[in-house]
Amino acid sequence: MQKSLHINAEKCTGCLQCEMACSFEHYGVFSPAKSRIKVFDFHATGKKVPYTCTQCDEAWCLHACPVEAITLDKVTGAKVVSESTCVGCKVCTISCPFGTINYVQETGKVQKCDLCGGDPACATACPTGAITYIDANWTGLDKMQAWADKLGNQPSAA
Amino acid sequence: MSWAGKILRVDLTAGTVKSEPLNMGWAKAYLGSRGLATKYLVEEMDATVDPLSPANKIIWATGPLTGTMASTGGRYTVVTKGPLTGAIACSNSGGYWGAELKMAGWDMVIFEGKSDKPVYLSINDDVAELKDAAHLWGQTVWATEEHIKKSHQDPLCKVSSIGGAGENQVLFAAVVNDLHRAAGRSGVGAVMGSKNLKAVVVRGTLGVGNLANPKEFMRVTAEKKKILADNGVTGQGLPAYGTQVLMSVINEVGALPTRNHRDVQFEGAGDIGAEAMGRPRTAPGSDGKKPLVTNQACFGCTIACGRVQKIDPGHFTVENKPQYWGASGGLEYEAAWALGAANGVKDLDTLQYANLLCNEHGMDPISFGTTIGAVMELYDMGVLTHEQIGCDAQFGSAQALAYFAEITAKGIGFGKEIGQGSKRLTAKYGHPELSMSSKGQEFPAYDGRAIQGIGLAYATSNRGGCHLRGYTIASEVLGIPVKTDPLDSAGKPELVKAFQDATAAFDSAGICIFTSFAWGLADVAPQVAAACGDEFTLENLSLIGERIWNLERDFNNRAGFTSKDDSLPKRLLTEAAKTGPAKGKVNELGTMLPIYYDIRGWDSDGRLKPETRERLSL
Repeated sequence: MQKSLHINAEKCTGCLQCEMACSFEHYGVFSPAKSRIKVFDFHATGKKVPYTCTQCDEAWCLHACPVEAITLDKVTGAKVVSESTCVGCKVCTISCPFGTINYVQETGKVQKCDLCGGDPACATACPTGAITYIDANWTGLDKMQAWADKLGNQPSAA
Repeated sequence: MSWAGKILRVDLTAGTVKSEPLNMGWAKAYLGSRGLATKYLVEEMDATVDPLSPANKIIWATGPLTGTMASTGGRYTVVTKGPLTGAIACSNSGGYWGAELKMAGWDMVIFEGKSDKPVYLSINDDVAELKDAAHLWGQTVWATEEHIKKSHQDPLCKVSSIGGAGENQVLFAAVVNDLHRAAGRSGVGAVMGSKNLKAVVVRGTLGVGNLANPKEFMRVTAEKKKILADNGVTGQGLPAYGTQVLMSVINEVGALPTRNHRDVQFEGAGDIGAEAMGRPRTAPGSDGKKPLVTNQACFGCTIACGRVQKIDPGHFTVENKPQYWGASGGLEYEAAWALGAANGVKDLDTLQYANLLCNEHGMDPISFGTTIGAVMELYDMGVLTHEQIGCDAQFGSAQALAYFAEITAKGIGFGKEIGQGSKRLTAKYGHPELSMSSKGQEFPAYDGRAIQGIGLAYATSNRGGCHLRGYTIASEVLGIPVKTDPLDSAGKPELVKAFQDATAAFDSAGICIFTSFAWGLADVAPQVAAACGDEFTLENLSLIGERIWNLERDFNNRAGFTSKDDSLPKRLLTEAAKTGPAKGKVNELGTMLPIYYDIRGWDSDGRLKPETRERLSL
């Protein structure tokens, strides 16, 4: 079974445990500046929204890469950057419609979410369930259930 | 170690910025943040300096757990000699700024001297420089942050700054970061203003990675987060209701100071607490929405007690002022009490408006609100008149509260006198007994007649009237870690000492004191040990906490404080509580204080005995 990162922004408090977990997993330091998942704070509405790569099947970044540095991890479905192959041309950063693959000045390579090989540190660290790692076919299950509950409460359905 | 190992020293007179290695001997003896910055201040500065003179120093400091995955590891403190009190000032803030400083590779920043023109410090990892702030002087905290983020072309930098209150040296001016988190108390913002220092801006990309035992650190911090999640207060109460959950609880035990402590219960408590925050507005013409938008966390915090609140755009305080219509930092308990019950005001949106002005202009809502309580009492007595103060100011007047917030924040007319705090204001009008303060700092939201231990904690607090130096409410009201009788003063000196010492250690580690609803020092110790080294046992942390408390006390003694300053206003000692469970009670400070001195190892004048110094290596 393939799994997906599932984000429920309603539950996010902006604590950045996910960002620290991500940078610690990949670089051994707590540093939101190095994180591949990013929480956005929309001050005027009070909303906090975590955002990262959704691992497109037909991934723009993968197809755009001229040196085939981005490959599919067949087990997790993640599109993974090979640092030894990447030449830092940044074409992938232009091709990605979502901005979730980014250049890193310090290494001269790009970085993106690799699902930590199937055990994403951000999901483990999230204290509120805003980020979970669940069955890729059923990321909508919670929402369906919530709507089903509402429907069940309608007088006409009784 | 998980100290960065470096500090920045900024000489504002000379305009220089230098890097220094952290004194590791002091770091091991005083841990970080509150304790370590105080050690630097004590060693480098004469305790008798005028707080608003260039001779005072002001320090922004992180702890060893700041910027790590330890829950709530995002705190920093601002340490200086406080202008409101003349005592040591140490104000603690959350948000994201503290972690950012640590991630830029610095444990603390020491400012000394005074700049001849407005400046701000910009830190970008290793590069730190003073920059001209002429264009920022006169701007609010909110506008300053917006300007800086734009001019730096960096939406991710973090800003810790003052507004007009700090610039005008309002004696309870705050330092505010991330728009609505504040190092709020004792007037640390006025010290910043006195130095022509507008802001400290940080961008830190290096991160924190030098843990003593990374694997154990990840294991033990995860284990301790689970304790917070499973605890009723930190796992459910605080995220759902915030500290505002206390309003009805404290009112029920008859410890909610009302109308400048004339009363101990407030008939409007239900209108300004957690329940009201979550209830849709029902007043005719209101927007019908609930004030609370959501909760939010500070950096690294798995509790998330912060309130995000929206004011009714049609409310009289914000008509035609769209800048206040969006979601913003909401009322926590101390602010809601000080702006509300302390003045008898029960209109939640007016309290939030005053709270927004405190954030926007950089003022401590506790000292501001409590000072307004004194003003309203003086007005009630006929000592202050409409002509003198510019409005009718009977207890309960929402209009007066909103007006006072505006004129104090902007330094207009009578607002300048309010900005001096209740001790100076009441003395000026011949009624010093009406200042509800200790060492010149106004009390927060608990009455020392109904909760005996907190009265002793106020009287002996090293930074003046404060609940966060020894939160005995945990034991006396909430039963954490064990329930004690709030009306009984027996055993309270021991309780106060235990809370004061442990709190000093929590603060100095760089974590939030709210974790102590679920954690003891025994839970903190293994996290510090995994980060900093095995020597940080429970016993060592306990000793460090007590050492820090005595270091602060010793500074105050040298600044001129004696046992007579460990006092409470006459009202709490002689005017009995009129209603509630504490009806007929006064605070029994006279009984508790000598016992407290004795167990502290202090002489009868409140000074450290030689053997105490020796035992604590001071």
